[in-house]
Amino acid sequence: MSHVTEVWVGLATCGVAAGAELVYSTFESSLARHNLPVTMKRVGCIGMCYNEPLVDVVTADENRFTYGHVRPEDIGRIVTEHVLNGRPVNELLIPADGFFEHQVRIVLENCGLIDPEVLEEYQGHDGYKALQRVLSELTPAEVIEEIKSSGLRGRGGAGFPTGVKWDFAAREPGPEKFLICNADEGDPGAFMDRSVLEGDPHRVIEGMIIAAYAIGAPHGYIYVRAEYPMAIERLKKAIAAAGRAGFLGENILGSDFSFDIKIKTGAGAFVCGEETALIASIEGKRGTPRRRPPYPAVSGLWGKPTNINNVETLANIPWIIRHGAKEFAHYGTEDSRGTKVFALAGKINHSGLIEVPMGMSINKIVFDIGGGLRENKEFKAVQIGGPSGGCIPARLADVPVDYKSITQTGAIMGSGGLIVLDEDTCMVDVTRFFLDFAQKESCGKCTFCRIGTKRMLEALTRICDGEGVPEDVDNLIELADKVRVYSLCGLGQTAPNPVLTTVKYFRNEYDAHIIDKSCPAHVCRALIHYEIDPSACKNCGLCTKQCPVQAISQGKGDHQQIDQSICIKCGQCHEVCPFGAIAIQ
Amino acid sequence: MPHSNSSITGMSNEVDELLHLFAPVPASVIPLLQEIQAHYGYISETNLTRVATYAHTPKSTVYSVATFYSQFRLTRPGRYLIRICQGTACHVLGANSICEHLEEQLGVKVDETTGDGLFTLESVRCLGCCSLAPAMMIGDRTYGRLTRGRVDTIIGAYRNREEE
Repeated sequence: MSHVTEVWVGLATCGVAAGAELVYSTFESSLARHNLPVTMKRVGCIGMCYNEPLVDVVTADENRFTYGHVRPEDIGRIVTEHVLNGRPVNELLIPADGFFEHQVRIVLENCGLIDPEVLEEYQGHDGYKALQRVLSELTPAEVIEEIKSSGLRGRGGAGFPTGVKWDFAAREPGPEKFLICNADEGDPGAFMDRSVLEGDPHRVIEGMIIAAYAIGAPHGYIYVRAEYPMAIERLKKAIAAAGRAGFLGENILGSDFSFDIKIKTGAGAFVCGEETALIASIEGKRGTPRRRPPYPAVSGLWGKPTNINNVETLANIPWIIRHGAKEFAHYGTEDSRGTKVFALAGKINHSGLIEVPMGMSINKIVFDIGGGLRENKEFKAVQIGGPSGGCIPARLADVPVDYKSITQTGAIMGSGGLIVLDEDTCMVDVTRFFLDFAQKESCGKCTFCRIGTKRMLEALTRICDGEGVPEDVDNLIELADKVRVYSLCGLGQTAPNPVLTTVKYFRNEYDAHIIDKSCPAHVCRALIHYEIDPSACKNCGLCTKQCPVQAISQGKGDHQQIDQSICIKCGQCHEVCPFGAIAIQ
Repeated sequence: MPHSNSSITGMSNEVDELLHLFAPVPASVIPLLQEIQAHYGYISETNLTRVATYAHTPKSTVYSVATFYSQFRLTRPGRYLIRICQGTACHVLGANSICEHLEEQLGVKVDETTGDGLFTLESVRCLGCCSLAPAMMIGDRTYGRLTRGRVDTIIGAYRNREEE
C-alpha cells in the first residue's frame, strides 16, 4: 500500500463549529511527535456536514480515506495505525452512503479538496486558466455569447439568463461601470454561498474578473453578509493573493484590461439581496429598493451601468469557459441547464451541501443523496426557496427540480435552501415562522408589504394560538394576493408564497387548528398538553426535578402528576423521561 | 496617526483614528458605523454624531441607517454576545426551546444583558450552519447540535473563565 503523504482537515464554519480546530491541532502535534513527514492541509467544506469534523488521510497514489465524526481521542489511533503503518482504521472511516454518487460537482468541484487560502492550490486545479484563455483568445462579445449559449441562469433565485444580463450592461457606454457579486445570502436555511466563499474563494473572484471583462467594468464589489466572518477573511486573503499574482489590478496578465475588487460588508438586512436595495446599501443608505426601470444595467451604483450576479452564478463561469458551453448545457433540462447547489437541512440524515444536475427529483435528493429522514419519520414536505419559496408536499416530491416545474407547484427555486420537514413539523407553525421573517425584514416602503404581512402574521399567530376563526384562511388568501401584486420588489411579491402553498397543500392542518382546536404535529403549545401515563410511570422523579416551574408533583397513586394550570408546556419532562411515560395530547 | 483639533481625550483620539480609515463622504456611513461597533461593541450617541459630522451626513440620516440594519446596536452589550440562530433548520429542530432555556439560565430575555454585564442574548436569522442545527454563536465562535445540557456546559465554561 502506498504511504500517507497528506492529512486534510475540513475547516469551514460548519467544521469549526463541530470542533475541527482541536482535531487539526491534535493531529499536528501527534504527527510532530512521531516525526512524520506528512503535510497538514486546511480544506473547505466538502458538503458532508453531517459527518463533521472530517479528516482525509491521503496517500502518495492520491487515494483519499475519509474519517468522520473525528474526536481528538481517535487521532492517536489514526496516526499510529494508518499514517505510520498503512492500515486504515476501518471502523472510523465513513461508510459509502451514496452521498456523492448522484451529484455532479461544477461549482463545488474544489470545495473540500483544496486549501482555500493558497492560490497555488486553486491553480493546481486549473484555477485562473479560464481567465488566461478569455484574456488571450476571446473578445468580450465572444465571452457573452459563450455564457448565453451555455444556458446559465442566475442562481440567486430569479433565474434570469446570465449572458443576456451581461449583454445589457455591455451595451451601455463606459468607461465607469461596476460589477457586483451578491453574497448577501439572507435566506434562513441556506449556506451555499458561504461554503463556496469559504472553500474556494478564488473561483468566485475568477468568475468576477471574467464577467467584468465581458461587460467592460473596471471596478468590482463583493457585498457579503457580516454574519460570515470566515468568508470575509478568506476573500480578503484571496483578493490580495490574486493581486500579487497579476490576476487583479492594472493590465491583468499583460492585457489592456484592468479590474479591482472591494469588499462591502452587509449590515443585516434581508431586503439587500434585492439589486436596487443592495446598491443603495453600498452607497451608504438605508437598503430600500426602488422602482425599475431604469435597471441597474443602465443606472446602478452611483448612477453608472452595473451588473449584479450571485456567488453561485459567478462560480459557474470558470468551469463553463474551461469546458465549453456545450458541456455545461449537457447537464440539466431544456429550460434549466447545468447544476444547482442546495443546502440540505432539517429533519434529514445527510444534512449538508450538495450539487445536483437540474431536473433531479426531490425524492431522489431526499432519499438517495440525503439518506432519508431522521429516525425514519414520515416525510411530509420540503420547504424550498426560503421565505420567498413554498412547501412542496411529499406526494408531489417526484417533481423535477428545474425552474419551470418548481414554479408550477407554487414554490420557487430560490437560492438553494432545501429544508426537509417530517410528521413532527406543523405546517401552520412553519408558515408563521416565514411570515414573521418577511414581516420583520420588510423595509416598509410599500404599504401592502409593510402592513399586509403584519396582518397575515397576526392571523397565523391567532391560528397557532388556538384562536383562529374560519374566515382567517380566506382573509389570508385575499391578503396574499394583494401583497403579491402591490409590492415593489421580490420580498413582498414572494412573501405570500409560504402561505399560499401551505393553504393549498395542507388545508387540513389549518382546519385542525381552527375547527378542532388541535395541532396534529403537536407543536403549537396552546393546542397541546402533557399527561403522565400512570401505567408507564416508574415514579423516578426525574421529571419533577427537571420541571422549571414546579408543575409536577407526587400524585395520589405511585406516579407523578402534572398541574396543568402551572405547566408552561416546555416539554422538558417529555424529553427527560426514560420510560416514555409522558405523552403529548 | 491622523489627528483632529477637537480630540482632547484618548477616547476621541481613538475614534478619530477609526474615522480616518474611510473617506469623509456619505458612502462611508455604514463601514464607519461597523468599524465603531467592532471596536466598542455598540454605537454611542456621541460616536453617532461624530460619524455624521465626519461623513458630511445629517445626524438624522445616520440614525435612520443605524436603525435600519439589524447589525447595529445603540446600547452597550455584555462582554459575551450570544446570538441564537432562529433560521429555518434551527426552528424546526427546536431552536425555540433552546432560546427559552438560555433565557432561563441567564435570567434575561432576548435583546437584554445580564445584570453582571457578562452576557447579551440576541436572536439572529441564520448563521448558515444549518446542518449543525440548532446553533448559536458566542462572540466569533459557533456552537452547533445544541441541547439544553450542552448549552449549560458552554455557558458554564464562559462563567468559569470569567471567575479565573
